[in-house]
Amino acid sequence: MQDLDLIVREAQAAFAATNDPDVLEQVKARYLGKSGQITEMLKGLGKLPPEAKKTAGAAINQAKLAVETALNARREDIRRAALEARLAEEALDVTLPGRGEGRGGLHPVTRTLERIETLFRSIGFSVADGPEIEEDFFNFTALNTPEEHPARSMHDTFYLLDEQGQVAGNVLLRTHTSPIQARYMQAHVAKYAGQATMPEIRIIAPGRVYRVDSDATHSPMFHQVEGLWVGENVSFADLKGVIADFLKSFFETDDLQVRFRPSFFPFTEPSAEIDVAFMSGALKGRWLEIAGCGMVHPNVLAHAGIDAERYTGFAFGFGPDRLTMLRYGVNDLRLFFEGDLRFLRQFV
Amino acid sequence: MKFSESWLRTFVNPALSSAELSHLLTMAGLEVEELDPVAPAFDQVVVAQVLEVVKHPDADRLNVCQVDIGTGTPQQIVCGAPNVAPGLKVPCALPGAKLPGDFKIKVAKVRGIESSGMLCSAKELGIAEDASGLLVLPADAPVGISIRSYLDLDDQLYTLKLTPNRADCLSLTGIAREVAALTGTPATYPAIQAAPVSTGASRAVVLDASQACPRYCGRVISGVNAKAPTPDWMKRRLERSGLRSISALVDVTNYVLLELGQPLHAFDNAKLEGTVRARMARPGEQLKLLNEQTVTLAEDVLVIADDRQALAMAGIMGGEPSSVTLETTEIFLESAFFAPKAIAGRARRHNFSTDSSHRFERGVDFGNTLNALERATVLILEICGGQAGPVTEALAQLPEHQPVRLRTARVKKVLGVAFSADEIAALLGRLALPFSREGEDFIVTPPSYRFDIQIEEDLIEEVARLHGYDNIPAPAPVGRLAMLPQDEKQRPLFRVRQLLADRGFQEVINFAFVQEAWEQDFAANTNPIRLANPIASQLAVMRSSLIGGLVENLSTNLKRKQSRVRLFETGRCFLRDAGAGPVPGYRQPWRLAALAYGTAQPEGWGSDGRKVDYFDLKGDLEALLAPAEPRFARLRHPALHPGRAAEIQIDGRGVGCVGELHPEWVQKYELPAAPVVFELDLDILTRARIPVYAEVSRFQPVIRDLALVVDQQTALQSLLDGMRSVASSLVQDIRLFDVYQGKGVPDGKKSLAFRIVMQDTQRTLLDAEVDSILAGITAYLEQNFAAQLRA
Repeated sequence: MQDLDLIVREAQAAFAATNDPDVLEQVKARYLGKSGQITEMLKGLGKLPPEAKKTAGAAINQAKLAVETALNARREDIRRAALEARLAEEALDVTLPGRGEGRGGLHPVTRTLERIETLFRSIGFSVADGPEIEEDFFNFTALNTPEEHPARSMHDTFYLLDEQGQVAGNVLLRTHTSPIQARYMQAHVAKYAGQATMPEIRIIAPGRVYRVDSDATHSPMFHQVEGLWVGENVSFADLKGVIADFLKSFFETDDLQVRFRPSFFPFTEPSAEIDVAFMSGALKGRWLEIAGCGMVHPNVLAHAGIDAERYTGFAFGFGPDRLTMLRYGVNDLRLFFEGDLRFLRQFV
Repeated sequence: MKFSESWLRTFVNPALSSAELSHLLTMAGLEVEELDPVAPAFDQVVVAQVLEVVKHPDADRLNVCQVDIGTGTPQQIVCGAPNVAPGLKVPCALPGAKLPGDFKIKVAKVRGIESSGMLCSAKELGIAEDASGLLVLPADAPVGISIRSYLDLDDQLYTLKLTPNRADCLSLTGIAREVAALTGTPATYPAIQAAPVSTGASRAVVLDASQACPRYCGRVISGVNAKAPTPDWMKRRLERSGLRSISALVDVTNYVLLELGQPLHAFDNAKLEGTVRARMARPGEQLKLLNEQTVTLAEDVLVIADDRQALAMAGIMGGEPSSVTLETTEIFLESAFFAPKAIAGRARRHNFSTDSSHRFERGVDFGNTLNALERATVLILEICGGQAGPVTEALAQLPEHQPVRLRTARVKKVLGVAFSADEIAALLGRLALPFSREGEDFIVTPPSYRFDIQIEEDLIEEVARLHGYDNIPAPAPVGRLAMLPQDEKQRPLFRVRQLLADRGFQEVINFAFVQEAWEQDFAANTNPIRLANPIASQLAVMRSSLIGGLVENLSTNLKRKQSRVRLFETGRCFLRDAGAGPVPGYRQPWRLAALAYGTAQPEGWGSDGRKVDYFDLKGDLEALLAPAEPRFARLRHPALHPGRAAEIQIDGRGVGCVGELHPEWVQKYELPAAPVVFELDLDILTRARIPVYAEVSRFQPVIRDLALVVDQQTALQSLLDGMRSVASSLVQDIRLFDVYQGKGVPDGKKSLAFRIVMQDTQRTLLDAEVDSILAGITAYLEQNFAAQLRA
């Protein structure tokens, strides 16, 4: 049986000597092929006496198994090596840039408006819209600002020419989003006319507004977000609560002071200006005027057909451009309206 | 409203620092916009007298001066100022002084001569720009005292941004009244005494427009010296209130205006004829104003006139011919109450505003008319001398400030804070608002200086203001919880924008007013909506298309070396439209427009550098509009290349356009190549649909390809429409997968390859059925389009 061990060792060595799968199969034939050494030995078994046949047979089969095991192991090694080689060959420079469409992005003010809408929706406000060429009536008169009211000079209003080239007396570019208040209330009253209780009004109304003003901090076109909540139990304290909650949520910080100070708007009474001060960062400690607000003036409610004795409400107007500047640290309002990709791409 | 703190403190002097006082005013609704010191910080500067001036031996422009600084020992100071002279009183910075700009004064040698201090100009003290010479002080200035106290330089300048409702605070006494209410510190007001009447000279006054002018007081003062100098204290107060000293007579009227809030006007009495009348302007009446402007007065303008002509726009501005001059010796001094409605807006029509119109528009205290006249008379007699005549007063019906009821319960409803009736009474008391009580209610009579208290809410604001807005809690509000409607057929605008952003477009926001040329070029709009008062000619008309703005954005970005530009904007467009809408005459649809320029893919190792074209944008549009299936029809559009433009149609209706910019505009707007743009109505894009389930077939589809040669001019859409019209319902999809022109296809022809998918939900299709369907389609195309099957 010395022979068999030798054959197995020889076979193992022969298998190991080649990397070529074809050569390996040829080497295999030398041992396991039709006239391979082990095959021959198995053929020779028949000549042995039964007792010897049994022990020799077992030994040969064991050797055969050993050779086959070695063969299979070697086959697997070679296959694996070939795969490795292919994989290595197929390797990419994975650091090359990806292919496909570039990134676009939303305008930073749009980002802000979306955030504002989401925050107010979360406490049950829906979103309203209104025309930008607006009637004088809704921009001023319905908001308790009759002709020649001194408050009209607070708004530097853009007026339009009619087709004859005359100044059109009844229309203008809206100077604020507040006319949406007036329009919405009118429609709301009409919708629920005849009901014992008018459902609450809770809306915000974002949009572009226009004033004759242009410098580093004023743009002739800018954005506002109007807010309105009218109901049977809506108070100035509620206004303060909503605004404080909004500002902390919008800026995602409690590190913020909010103050209300008395002001004047013809369409609210009492009225307030809202200032914020951050307790850290570049603007630390400075009071920044951020919105106007107040309790809806009874005349405005009455204009819309709402019983001002029974229902009260608050309204506010934020400048989302300003909020955007504070949120992202933009220092020049004009950048928003210049379409400069180098600026806009920062907000992707 | 500008004023100085030291003047205010002569009326009310609370124990508050400037910063605290400023905060108090701001938080009470009298916003302090600016708070500036009169002079920057410096010290050890005293009033000094120059005793002797000797030329410096070694310097032409320097003098060696002996200066009395009040210590008894003259100091030697070298001075380079051209106006230095013996006897002058000037500021002197002593050794150890620190001047603005961290400039330290030491004893030093100047060209070999010792100098113990520095004589100063106004600029060196930071109180004026004048650096031409020493600041010369009045001859009676006491030597040795601090210049800061002598010139009252520790004063603060306040600029209030007053809201239009608080006309009562457009005077020093008004602000003092407010500070007294806020702090509880008592205020003292100027004692008004009747001026002694020492002449009988007078002028009759008649109210022809007694609603516009219900009260007019006037008097003649003769023998005045119009050239008398205005006292320094008055000049200083005027200057610190932002008014320049003009002449003593004018200065006194301005001073009383600031002090009491009553605008006054002084006429040169010698230039008046007969009776003074307050009447409305006559048709076509003209007046040359003090600002040299000659205006034609509208008939709703109140004027002060004599027997001959209009003399002044009442409460707004005096006329030039009757104005006082330095030669005037006799004046007619006016103090009147003009109704806010009679004044409001009139000055603005002529593009100006005056201190007087500003106050009358908002409301002047009609209880103070006579007091102001007396106060001014006393000051004029004091400064200009002269003899006062008796006051002539014409009085009609003054405004009645109606009592306003304030209910304790209403305060709680509006503010959300419960005040007791006694607390409210205390607050009203501090405001000095006269009231009576009816149980829990207050009947408040607004004083003659408060024009802003008309309804209960006005009083509630006063209560809140005095209580402090800061002291009102800010609880989370309580409301009824009801879900908001979620219309699934509506796609949020944010989703539309995000979709474009995801496809590589950057959002921009452009002005809604544009230059007229854009309207012509990109919308063929020759009659755009014009602004009456544009801020610039290139922002003069309202846009009816968003394309112009995007082309401009492209141009500026190309100048900034951006080679691939993809932009979009959503916004309203503005068109004349006789039809009804929220604003009749104007249609204001929301639109979306996009522009793409440069390579189709971002440039890089993996892109083929192909330029973006019509079909790229069409692909974006189709993605944007899905699941709607738009159709595209050839279109002539002013902005677009006629051969490369299409109308976007949904349900047979045109909703927008897509195409390459017209070569003419590419050239005119100096673009290196044509961008591709689209613009469409936004309401189409925010429309969504609720999906409806259809059964999914369990049977395999049959797919057949069909290649056809047709005339090159044949539009694919017409082929598809034709194929669908004859295809059986078993045809699920017909898709173009190849277009070929070139070898093997005759000139003037093109080869189109279609993939046709057929399927039945109930069974497997038979070959014969499939063949018959295809044969039907082929026959139709051969017949109608002269199509030939390609081998």
